[in-house]
Amino acid sequence: MSKEIIKIEDLKREFTMGSETVHALRGISFDIKEGEFVTIMGSSGSGKSTLLNILGCLDQPTSGTYEIDGVKVKDLSRNELATIRNEKIGFIFQSYNLLARTSALENVELPLQYNSKVSTEERRKRAIKALEMVGLGDRMDHTPSQLSGGQQQRVAIARSLVNNPVMILADEATGNLDTRTSYEIMSLFQELNKQGITITFVTHEPDIATFSSRTIVLKDGNIIQDYKNNKVQSAANELAKLPQEDH
Amino acid sequence: MRLLNLLKIAYKAIVLNKTRTLLTMLGIIIGVASVIAMLAIGEGSKESIRATISSMGSNMITIRPGTDDRGPARGSGGDVQTLILEDYQLIKEKATLLSNITPVVNGGGQVINGSNNWPSSIYGVNPEYLDIKAVGLQSGSMFTDAEVKSASKVALIGQTVVENVFPDGQDPVGQMIRFNNIPFKVIGVLEEKGENTFGQDQDDVVIAPFTTVQKRILAIDYLNQIMASAISEDDAPEAVEQVTEILRSQHKIMETEDDDFTVRSMEELISTFSSTSEMLTVLLVAVAGISLLIGGIGIMNIMYVSVKERTKEIGLRMAVGGKGSDILMQFLIEAILISITGGLLGVILGLGATVFIENFLNWPTSVALYSIVISFAVCAVTGIFFGWYPARKASALDPITALRYE
Ligand SMILES: Nc1ncnc2c1ncn2[C@@H]1O[C@H](COP(=O)(O)OP(=O)(O)OP(=O)(O)O)[C@@H](O)[C@H]1O
Ligand SMILES: [Mg+2]
Repeated sequence: MSKEIIKIEDLKREFTMGSETVHALRGISFDIKEGEFVTIMGSSGSGKSTLLNILGCLDQPTSGTYEIDGVKVKDLSRNELATIRNEKIGFIFQSYNLLARTSALENVELPLQYNSKVSTEERRKRAIKALEMVGLGDRMDHTPSQLSGGQQQRVAIARSLVNNPVMILADEATGNLDTRTSYEIMSLFQELNKQGITITFVTHEPDIATFSSRTIVLKDGNIIQDYKNNKVQSAANELAKLPQEDH
Repeated sequence: MRLLNLLKIAYKAIVLNKTRTLLTMLGIIIGVASVIAMLAIGEGSKESIRATISSMGSNMITIRPGTDDRGPARGSGGDVQTLILEDYQLIKEKATLLSNITPVVNGGGQVINGSNNWPSSIYGVNPEYLDIKAVGLQSGSMFTDAEVKSASKVALIGQTVVENVFPDGQDPVGQMIRFNNIPFKVIGVLEEKGENTFGQDQDDVVIAPFTTVQKRILAIDYLNQIMASAISEDDAPEAVEQVTEILRSQHKIMETEDDDFTVRSMEELISTFSSTSEMLTVLLVAVAGISLLIGGIGIMNIMYVSVKERTKEIGLRMAVGGKGSDILMQFLIEAILISITGGLLGVILGLGATVFIENFLNWPTSVALYSIVISFAVCAVTGIFFGWYPARKASALDPITALRYE
């Protein structure tokens, strides 16, 4: 068995708003092994984004432990966390979070700007490649306001790929895409997963979950289901099955 | 993150908010420009005072009757008659630190040549006067000691007198003029000296032997002034003391009594005037410095706004791996870029204002390199100082809190 890249135990996250306390996560535990493709499902407000933010080292749990690659996140400094986010994690936000008035190419380049090991030419080359992978090779100079919602989402996906991450955390990365494009993206993720990248994918859509090897279902901050998917569908095959339409 | 990238980001942020940034810079621009212009005016007037006073003879020592606290811009000692020829002779004899000395008697009157009539002043002196005042001759020659002794009616005249009394351009040397109806033979013309700092026309003079002026024109038996020059500029203060000693004992002034005369060196004059103009410069620069401070506060304000507006951007930069120090540098460089650009524009504006003042207001100015260097350095420091706190605040944000900021 391969080693655990994510290991959480009794993870709780509470938000205090005045006198009220919102229990977004009520003590959840699970492991994700290297090379797994996990989908996290659950109704709106069940705590999926909260969980993913913690896994992405963007947020800290109220209690419980989170170990990434054997290291307790709690023990890491702000700078060490920044380096992990920069070099190990590709994060796709539910709300894209692109820099306004900045070209798609520069948006994708952003993570590499904070990596001094990557030269300017290398940075550009990798950003162009990532944009081509998500099918935006012809939109590199467009700013977010000149792109459709789906295109913006794909820029955000390209940005998460550009630093060759060890794991990708995607928060509804296909939420704004039509079936064809989302299958294309899923087949891209399956491809990356085959290359060994661990993927954790939050989604609402059950058919997306069939492309993953495991599904965790959240409800009101608790895990209610956690099952292996024995019949992983190939997104490439499903894509081929789709009726040929206006393309 | 590389400096070049940081500069690019800062440049972009500034360009995206051109008007706002320019308005913010205005404080710095005006501050720097006024510091430079004020210092240029201060330096300029100091230099011109020094130049005028030096042109009057920097070793010069003047001795006037009475306690003179009215400043040197007024004429000589008026009606006080405590200074007499014996004082002059005694000083000449005893003072070792003086190279030249002359008695001075002076008065006003009309210079007349035929139908040309001009009100001027006459100075009765001895031949050493020219060396003391550092005046040269344009033509002719100075009168001699013998002519002083015999109270000859010979005179030298300044350019202004020449222009007004000999308007036809004829050579005045050898001509006869009358001063208050006393005929004088013009034996020389003084070199042009122009106006001094106090606005006096130094060329509007007639110079004649003091014996002649004292007896024939003024009919007095005292002196208005004694002028001397110290051996060197450095000896001037000691020479002043020497002269004071001699006169005190000669006038039998007791320990407890005040002098009935005033001895001053040019050095003292220079420092008196320099210190007034220096004080003025300090005041002007203080005012200008305050506007620079206000400019700095403007930068701080705009950096706060910038950090607030871009909280989401900060969150994102952190989420993709930006460290606190990267964010700090980003905003600090933006602040410095604003202040330095403002400083640069301020220097240009300040130099422009100086040129304007010099040419259109005719004030003497002198741009000191140090004023440019200092105000520019102050700008950079202002940028760092006032940009630091907002930048620090931005860098301390939590990625997820910043991302969620609306
Ligand atoms: N910063 C916050 N402050 C207060 N409450 C919060 C905060 N973030 C999340 N919550 C609350 O925590 C709960 C879980 O939110 P979360 O965003 O994780 O839901 P989600 O499963 O991602 O939903 P969706 O599918 O709609 O994106 C919600 O009730 C939400 O109101
Ligand atoms: Mg969510």
